[in-house]
Amino acid sequence: MTSGNLFDLGVTILFGALVSGTPLLFATLGEIFAERSGVMNLGIEGMMLMGAMGGFATWFRTGDLLLGILVGMLLGGLMALLHAFITITLRADQVVSGLALTILGTGLSSILGQPYVGQRVPAPTTLTLPILEHVAAEQIIIVLIGLVFSPLAWYYLNRTRPGLNLRSVGEHPSAADSLGINVIRTRYLYVVFGGLMSGLAGASMSLITDPGWVDGKASGLGWIAVGLVIFASWDPLRGLWVSYFFGLLRRLPLDLQNPALPLVSTANNPSVGRIMDMLPYLATIFILILGSREAFRKRLGAPAALGTPYIRGQRGL
Amino acid sequence: MVSSVLGVILALIAGGFVLKAAGVTNPIATYQEIFKQGFGTFADWRAGFTALFTGTDCPKGLLCFGPLSDTLVKASPILLTSLACILAFRMKQWNIGADGQMFMGAWAATAIAVFILPKTTPAVLMLGMMGTAGILAGLIYGAIPGFLKAWFNINEIITTLMLNYVAYKWLEFFVVVGPWSIGDFESTGRFPPSATWPRLTQFADKIPVLSGLTANPGILLGIVAAIVLAWILYRSRWGYEIRVIGNNPKAARYAGINLKRNILLVMALSGALAGLAGMNEVAALRELNGRFQRGYGFTGVIIAWLSRLNPIAAIFVSFLFGGLLVGTQLIQPQGISSMLQGVILFVVVGTEMLFRYRVYIEKIVEDVPVREIGDVS
Repeated sequence: MTSGNLFDLGVTILFGALVSGTPLLFATLGEIFAERSGVMNLGIEGMMLMGAMGGFATWFRTGDLLLGILVGMLLGGLMALLHAFITITLRADQVVSGLALTILGTGLSSILGQPYVGQRVPAPTTLTLPILEHVAAEQIIIVLIGLVFSPLAWYYLNRTRPGLNLRSVGEHPSAADSLGINVIRTRYLYVVFGGLMSGLAGASMSLITDPGWVDGKASGLGWIAVGLVIFASWDPLRGLWVSYFFGLLRRLPLDLQNPALPLVSTANNPSVGRIMDMLPYLATIFILILGSREAFRKRLGAPAALGTPYIRGQRGL
Repeated sequence: MVSSVLGVILALIAGGFVLKAAGVTNPIATYQEIFKQGFGTFADWRAGFTALFTGTDCPKGLLCFGPLSDTLVKASPILLTSLACILAFRMKQWNIGADGQMFMGAWAATAIAVFILPKTTPAVLMLGMMGTAGILAGLIYGAIPGFLKAWFNINEIITTLMLNYVAYKWLEFFVVVGPWSIGDFESTGRFPPSATWPRLTQFADKIPVLSGLTANPGILLGIVAAIVLAWILYRSRWGYEIRVIGNNPKAARYAGINLKRNILLVMALSGALAGLAGMNEVAALRELNGRFQRGYGFTGVIIAWLSRLNPIAAIFVSFLFGGLLVGTQLIQPQGISSMLQGVILFVVVGTEMLFRYRVYIEKIVEDVPVREIGDVS
């Protein structure tokens, strides 16, 4: 084994991490916006599944990748609209409504996606770059979109007027209301935005990063995103690198099967792979523990009004 | 109550439209089929009762009480997981991890049945030890998120959910690729007879109509657990503490209730109930295999919410959901039961608030002192 080969392998693994972390990044960013406006949406998993199923089905029927992604986003947004109506207008419990959204999305995507299980997948446009051989152009584009989008999201949240309005609605809705900000409309807007992003996450997964549709495709990624939002302390830039880290963890069992890897290859020991599959989930718990210590030190916290419905004229937030 | 019934009706209507969209020509016929598969028909029951009193065999083979018996078998694990959810939700601890706790309970009970105790152990001792192991495994698995919540203030929704996936992989490791699988069968193989629930069919030589029925004592276990839980919640001092914490944690702290200890305790016991569900399920299945059903924990959440966190009501709702699970097993498209459950939960949550919302408006508009407006349900 030459060091050149090892370098190539390293680049491939790192790029793989970026690719598999990108859907997670989209979902995390969307949820950051929704939660910053004060609405927790635990339905990411369900919205991702609908986005993945809808995107794949659309592509399968029309052969249009972009249309597939748009339909996936739309489905995610529609589901989020349902959540918004239940929690913002009807003021129902956000936790239960989010859970219902996930259960609904799981069932619905399973029913509607049945004809598409195990079907042929989009053929990628293969490129060869100086340091990366046989890489799909679509994957590069989707990674770039994620890379550009996070700083933009950060700028929007922290440096613009609408971003300030959004944060004030999540921190102190009655104060925001008295300043003439429409709390209900703002929350609707960002919950639906979160849904669009989750749909994008799902569709980019089933069409680009890990093409194909099977039942339960998201395999808990939506829940991991909820955890990442907390660890990222609702900051899009922190969300960026932590998503990529989880992309790496998710790829790790696959990468380690590569017999070319010295010492740590699991090629001859498949059962170790099952243990490795636990890593992203265990790591989510672990980073939450780390994050809680840090949050305690720096006094970071959730948006103050997170999880509470806004009732005009009521005392309190 | 009103909103729960209304929720189910609305959910069935909404679900009908979804089925229509998915290409089912007649959703009502699908529902009828689900009901028939899950509970049987009136004619079959009558034939069954006739056979019972005349001491003969069921004229239609298994059909007389078969569906009811299958439904009871399914109802027991989801009753236990729903009790797990009820206990935790009463204190506003969102234990969404009943699924994982159930998997761990099933795993521990299997370890006892197949690998630790000898095959010749008497059934009472064997089942008792399996139950204890299942409870302990669930207890520990539920205590982890409880501890993290109480001492590190880590969101228990995320931790319990993540532990679900860890438990799925754990079981897969043992049963599918790991040390417990026999050859390529992805199964531990049949449990020794003493490690399985007795079934109604074993009494068929005395009462012929019971022939072939798989109903087991698991449902009794669930009912006893429900009654005990109801007593704890409504009659004991500790249950009162739980409800106070759930309704107003600040008031609870001022009243000197130990929040941390109670969070740990409630999450651990909630896990224990789910662990018992796992033991019950493997004792009914008679083996642990790679197809061990996921999702009972989530069904438990829905049952808990539909029964408005009332353990006694959960017994009846579990029975209905058992029927739904049995009825949708053979029906295409797959995913019907999951979809219906999601819609039901949605509608129940939404309509429940609609009722509360109306009462709330009256209070403000008329500006009268708060009377006994009463719970609408």
